[in-house]
Amino acid sequence: MSQTRPPIVTLTGVQKYYGDYHALRGITANIGQGEFFSLLGPSGCGKTTLLRAIAGFEDISEGQILLDGKDMEGVAPNKRPTNMVFQSYAIFPHMSVAENVGFGLRKSAMSVSEKRNAVGQALEMVGLAKFGARAAHALSGGQRQRVALARALILKPKVLLLDEPLSALDKKMREVMQVELIKLQREVGITFILVTHDQEEALVMSDRIAVMFEGEIAQLADPETLYRRPNSRRVAEFIGMMNFLPATVQGETAGRISVEVQGLGPAELEPAQAPGGVRAGAAEIGLRPESLTLLYEGQAAEGGREASGTVREVVYYGDMTYYDILLDGTPAPVRVSMRNMPGRRVLEFGARARLAWDPRAMVLFS
Amino acid sequence: MRLNALAIFAVLYLVVLYAPIMLLPMFAFNSGTIIAFPLQGFTLDWFAALLDTPALHEATVNSLIIAVSTAIFSTILGLFAARAATRYGFPGKAGIVGFIMLPLVLPEVIVAISLLIVLMQLGLNSGTWSIIAGHTLICTPFAIAILQGSFSNMDKSLEEAAIDLGETPWSTFRLITLPLVSPGIIASLLICFTISLDEFIIAFFLSGNEPTLPVYLWGQLRFPARLPVVMALGTILVLLSVALLIIAETFRRRGLKRAGLKDTGGFL
Ligand SMILES: Nc1ncnc2c1ncn2[C@@H]1O[C@H](COP(=O)(O)OP(=O)(O)O)[C@@H](O)[C@H]1O
Ligand SMILES: [Mg+2]
Repeated sequence: MSQTRPPIVTLTGVQKYYGDYHALRGITANIGQGEFFSLLGPSGCGKTTLLRAIAGFEDISEGQILLDGKDMEGVAPNKRPTNMVFQSYAIFPHMSVAENVGFGLRKSAMSVSEKRNAVGQALEMVGLAKFGARAAHALSGGQRQRVALARALILKPKVLLLDEPLSALDKKMREVMQVELIKLQREVGITFILVTHDQEEALVMSDRIAVMFEGEIAQLADPETLYRRPNSRRVAEFIGMMNFLPATVQGETAGRISVEVQGLGPAELEPAQAPGGVRAGAAEIGLRPESLTLLYEGQAAEGGREASGTVREVVYYGDMTYYDILLDGTPAPVRVSMRNMPGRRVLEFGARARLAWDPRAMVLFS
Repeated sequence: MRLNALAIFAVLYLVVLYAPIMLLPMFAFNSGTIIAFPLQGFTLDWFAALLDTPALHEATVNSLIIAVSTAIFSTILGLFAARAATRYGFPGKAGIVGFIMLPLVLPEVIVAISLLIVLMQLGLNSGTWSIIAGHTLICTPFAIAILQGSFSNMDKSLEEAAIDLGETPWSTFRLITLPLVSPGIIASLLICFTISLDEFIIAFFLSGNEPTLPVYLWGQLRFPARLPVVMALGTILVLLSVALLIIAETFRRRGLKRAGLKDTGGFL
């Protein structure tokens, strides 16, 4: 769906050097109008640098950044149709909440009462309607976050840039704000570009995610594709948990890939299950913990696809139990997650276990 | 037991430190002309005598000109240096900042003699402006120390946020930077003013025939009859200095509070 949106941000071969350090190594991407787009990657991979380059706070060494079709080369940050929510929120401490939110309107042609209305609306939008007169330094973390949002959105930018906006909040507040941000973005219809190192946050909030490593985009896809079909082992490891089983690619015929998976047996895959490409010979099969299923007494696996092993670790979470199971004939255990249900026994350490597996859930890394 | 020893030490320390200074106002208000106990009676004569001493008025005007100029120059230099030191990285930064801060620990008499030699080599007369130069040299490190605190307390993204919201670099400086560092600027002005006002050695070496207040005071010590007057003048100087430092510290703390920060052990 997102591919059909007209692009509002176009990045073409964007490179950035800090002295000798190559921080961005050719970033190319289109970000659609009204899209919730995330830059996800480990700390130091260049997410902030890219965001600041879009905002105009960093000059790029090579490449091109188009905002709404216009080349941003040499355009100062205060002349770009972007606004930013800073990681520290950057709330002006010597101003009230209303003065902070209205700051961007200082140069607008609006009358005083129009400005007051706009500030009131912006505060209402983020649920701070009664806080206008409050001093900025007397706010909690979540409130500062909302002030920063209102202050940036009041200018109705074409693109809102958010640098790890939730990382300073505690877990509970973070989850509340995730939902609020999604709602807010739908409401205002403005393109959001969010920087985060938290894969769960990116999956929950985004229309599309660019996974970055060392200044490069490793994969750009919607959350489901990214989770189900990571195109490299590295992306797979970064997004959620995944088991990797040694395998051999035996051949590719009529659009089917035949592999022999150690500990499980032979499997037939579709080409889409190898987003990183296929090469004959040694490979790895990725399987998420939830796509392996423990079989209880009397249960049989569909198509006879079952394997057995020994329970090596049991981690009980209440709603879920995670098992590490060493499949017979394999060197390392696989992780299996099972939803706990009435009548379903939690296996104990050392017990024998049978697993059912589904070739459709596999990803091939050649 | 240990607490008592500590308490006694603290009291002794304070007595040794402040008792001599407490003698100043005692004798300043004492009607006897000789500086000795027992005290004779209460008088304001010595303060009145201050009023009709033209030489003293000249020294006061001199001191004020020097102190005000020093405060302004040191604070402006300190602003540039502190801003550069906290916002930008450049090669040799640590060394340069270290050298700028050096006069803080250099013996003043060395600074004074060096300045005098330079002036003589250049064939220039010493005078008010050379004292201003000397005082600016020793006050700038204080200004930098205070202002560096103000700048480093200030989140760099505040300035970027203002620019992001459409302001120019100049209006950002006016609307964001200046209000947030202004308590530091005021503290710096007041402290540099006080240091310059009280400074003796450089002023003594460079003042020529235009003495500053401390130099005038020193000169008066030769006349035993003038001692009570000196005491009165000293009392005023001490009170003024203490008042200025308290005001400066108040501004510094207000700055921290404004930036929403806790006090991390002050400059004073
Ligand atoms: N101003 C700078 N000067 C030199 N190196 C920098 C500068 N800013 C960032 N870097 C380097 O660029 C890399 C990417 O930084 P950044 O974009 O902040 O990463 P992220 O936001 O993904 O954690 C890091 O290795 C960082 O040290
Ligand atoms: Mg970052």
